[in-house]
Amino acid sequence: MEIVFAIAVGVTFGSGIWLILRPRTFQLITGLLLMSYAVNLFIFGMGRLWVDRPPITPNASIDPLQFADPLPQGLVLTAIVIGFATTALYLVMMIGARGLTGSDHVDGEEPRK
Amino acid sequence: MLLASLILVPFAGSLLAALMPENARNREAWLAFAVTACGLLVAGLLYPAVSAGKVLREEFAWLPSHGLNLMLRVDGLAWVFTMLVLSIGLLVVLYARYYMSPKDPVPRFFSFLLAFMGSMLGVVLSGNLVQLVVFWELTSLTSFLLIGYWHHRADARRGARMALTVTATGGLCLLAGVLVLGHIVGSYDLDEVLAAGERIRAHELYRVALVLIALGALTKSAQFPFHFWLPHAMAAPTPVSSYLHSATMVKAGVFLLVRLWPALAGTAEWNWIIGGAGVCTLLIGAFIAIFQHDLKGLLAYSTISHLGLITVLIGIGTPLAIVAAIFHILNHATFKASLFMTAGIIDHETGTRDLRVLRGLRHQLPVTTALAIVSSAAMAGVPLLNGFLSKEMFFAETALVGGDEHWWMSIAAVAMGMFSVAYSLRFISIFFGTPTVAFPREPHEPPRSMRFPVELLVVVCLMVGIMPNVSIGPILHLAVTATLGASTPEYDLAPWHALNLPLLMSVIALSGGVVLYVVLRRYFNLRQREQVPLIYRFNGAQAYESSMMFLTRSAQWLLHHLGTARLQPQLLMMMLAMLVIPPLLVGTPRVWTEIPLHEPDPLFAGIWVIGCACALAGAWMAKYHRLAALILIGGTGIVTAATFLWLSAPDLALTQLMVETVTTVLILLGLRWLPPRIEPKVLHLTIPRSVWMRRSRDMVVAVVGGLVMALLTYAVLVHPAPATIADFFLLRALSEGGGSNVVNVLLVDFRSFDTLGEITVLSVVALTVYALLRRFRPAADSASVPAQQRNTADPASRQAPAEQANRGYLLVAGIYLRMLLPFIGVIAAYFFMRGHNLPGGGFVAGLIFAVAILVQYMLAGTVWVESHLQLRPHRWLGFGLLLACATGLGAWAFGHPFLTNHTAHVDWPLLGELHLPSAFVFDLGVFAVVVGTTMLMLVALAHQSLRARRLPGDGAQDDGIADGRDI
Repeated sequence: MEIVFAIAVGVTFGSGIWLILRPRTFQLITGLLLMSYAVNLFIFGMGRLWVDRPPITPNASIDPLQFADPLPQGLVLTAIVIGFATTALYLVMMIGARGLTGSDHVDGEEPRK
Repeated sequence: MLLASLILVPFAGSLLAALMPENARNREAWLAFAVTACGLLVAGLLYPAVSAGKVLREEFAWLPSHGLNLMLRVDGLAWVFTMLVLSIGLLVVLYARYYMSPKDPVPRFFSFLLAFMGSMLGVVLSGNLVQLVVFWELTSLTSFLLIGYWHHRADARRGARMALTVTATGGLCLLAGVLVLGHIVGSYDLDEVLAAGERIRAHELYRVALVLIALGALTKSAQFPFHFWLPHAMAAPTPVSSYLHSATMVKAGVFLLVRLWPALAGTAEWNWIIGGAGVCTLLIGAFIAIFQHDLKGLLAYSTISHLGLITVLIGIGTPLAIVAAIFHILNHATFKASLFMTAGIIDHETGTRDLRVLRGLRHQLPVTTALAIVSSAAMAGVPLLNGFLSKEMFFAETALVGGDEHWWMSIAAVAMGMFSVAYSLRFISIFFGTPTVAFPREPHEPPRSMRFPVELLVVVCLMVGIMPNVSIGPILHLAVTATLGASTPEYDLAPWHALNLPLLMSVIALSGGVVLYVVLRRYFNLRQREQVPLIYRFNGAQAYESSMMFLTRSAQWLLHHLGTARLQPQLLMMMLAMLVIPPLLVGTPRVWTEIPLHEPDPLFAGIWVIGCACALAGAWMAKYHRLAALILIGGTGIVTAATFLWLSAPDLALTQLMVETVTTVLILLGLRWLPPRIEPKVLHLTIPRSVWMRRSRDMVVAVVGGLVMALLTYAVLVHPAPATIADFFLLRALSEGGGSNVVNVLLVDFRSFDTLGEITVLSVVALTVYALLRRFRPAADSASVPAQQRNTADPASRQAPAEQANRGYLLVAGIYLRMLLPFIGVIAAYFFMRGHNLPGGGFVAGLIFAVAILVQYMLAGTVWVESHLQLRPHRWLGFGLLLACATGLGAWAFGHPFLTNHTAHVDWPLLGELHLPSAFVFDLGVFAVVVGTTMLMLVALAHQSLRARRLPGDGAQDDGIADGRDI
């Protein structure tokens, strides 16, 4: 399980790196999306992996060791929503820059040959 | 509070002055006058206590844990300086009322002037050294603002920048010096520092502290080699020159030296550093002053020279020298302020300050002439005037201390005396002779009130000069005893002692000065001479400008060679840094497996095979096939959501799923505005070598980055989790938060302040997106209707979206999705309600609700939905934030901290007992903000298609979306 999780984070992150190093704005936004998946999973993994142990406590007297760590989950939940907002902001910048400069290159101008 | 009011009232007055209208010259002056008079009154009230030798203190807690408190402290020295700052301030305010032209923006002037007064009083009254430095820098700042008051003039801007650079840099040195001093003493309290003189001088860091503090004081008091900023500061309005740059601010440096005299003085280092700088300044300043053509320039160099004189006295450091230094500080402030005001009057009346032009003013300005001659005589050190007394003491000290060994000190003192007589004569020469060139304006006597401050100061000069023991004696004694304490010497202020060496030196200086002036005038063409002889090459201002130029050039060079505006190299550097630095910091973990691992589940591995394949394929396709890439990356997102579900995070899974949906819709809406990128049919088999290199490099970075990330994740996962605060949340969620879903309780209760911040960020981003889109102009080639929609073979292309959904080929889907709307609404409500105890909550419910609306938009188009459904996302945002804040503030009403939760159990008819925590209301706010954000962004983006169709291409007119009603 752990090995699969680690490989998943690695592959997603690596694809993200490749994409954000590309010259086109669309490639950059997709790269950021992939990186945000990887980073969210990574932060989530800080609470270790738990199967069938959601942090939902049936009563007040429980053993905390029997439940998944709720803290990374809370942090990742807000990260997902903020990630959506920044994606929207980036998208608007992307189409705005394209409208202004006529180019979808990340520098706002086509590279000199 | 009495002492604090001395500082606070000027700052309050400054704020008030800034708010007055542009033309309120009289009201501004009255306000400043009242503020200053009030300060004088308070200072007057302190006199009985101070004259009895008491030290008054007021302390306010600032950073008690670091031993830093705001401390105000008045002893004799501080009191005398307070009076100096306030009384000269009062006269300057009066003078400025008539000096400032009605065209000048006076609120700014008086506001800065009062702020300066407050800062200067802060310097004088500080009982804590760090606090003193803060006020010290504030005086530099206000001085900068006042020098640059006429900011349309290049010389004002230049002078202001120069003054700020020099004095603020000095201030930073002073801060460092004060910190060293505090380290030596173990306290920043002035009393403790002053008492620890022996310990400080014996400490190994003494020299460091002395040099740093001297740098602060010497830059502020315009001492050689930092003197060059003061003449350029003369670009300020004359009241400012007379107040800041002769009477008070430039005295801050010498004040500090006098203040710290008990702690630092008495060593050879002190004598040489302070005294050496003083001697150079005194000679250079006086010499250059003779050759100035600008009236204010002459006075500026003379100020530099007199400050040098004071510095020499402090550098000599004997108790008698300190008495002379304090005495000369007061005397110089009186005669120099009056001279600056006179220069201002002449400038005001004749329209010029050029010494080559000004002649024969005694005919038109008889009274001003008399006043100016008296104060210049005081400056030259003529007997029966105050300047004579302190200069005589100076001569006595140099002769006494210099003795036979350092005879040059007496020579330097006499030379300076001669120079000052020469430039004083040059100054008063403007009143005699006959004018050769017409003045820009016909001069006559200024208004009575403008002349009054000068008259008063001249009377003070005379009084101090004739009967010093009665007029200045008690005040001087106060300052002297406060500084010197037990070592206060016997001194006599009488104008006449006996025929002795100092008197002889005075006589030589006076007669020599007259001879020097006559010789210079007759044989060296003093009147028209352009350059200062001998030392014109040593131009401090030029050196300053060249070093600034060098710094700018170097910065440009660095920027050009090491910086880039291009994004890709920056991202590459960031990625490389991220890959290299953390592994170096972490090193290899000690043990690889410490906890039992989970058996790999084939199904879990299977979905990640799909997820990874989607990510890789998405990366591959993103160049030419944007839609495909978007779908593939969505696939990875879905797998991520499934992972969350699998690994005991149902809330995350729900949120990820919903965000995935709206993100996809969002990017789909944006795709339309990107330029088409068609994959070439014929492959270019010969890829240029540089492109190939770049791709290989990026590939290596990506592969290594992925590997590092995977290894890091694995390394963390195989180590046991350390004890975290997770247990706290798990144990208390139900008992104290009143909910069994710990993640939700965490978000809306334990860490609700974070969540409040987060929804604020969401709202801000949404509004930013909206604002950016209002100014959006599409590129010309994507402004027209897309080719797909213009295909005539498709019958749907002739129908509006609403027609397609109501009658056309989307009829079935239309009915189905409209029926679904209430169901999705109910599901949203369901997830919201159960959020506190089971997976769900405001975030998820908000996203579900937003998707319900979005589906309608996608189906029937913007126009149809908005004609049937009034949705105002702005209001959702505002309502949500208001609700969340109100919940937080509600806790205050019951005496609890912000955002404290309360849970009520209410019995409802039919529904039974309902669990109703106040976090529920907070969560409702979150829900509203999430709905508002999502809708605002997506709908604003969707509207761009409508706009673009209405105004193809140019986009010159404004649009319907601007009034915000059609969203």
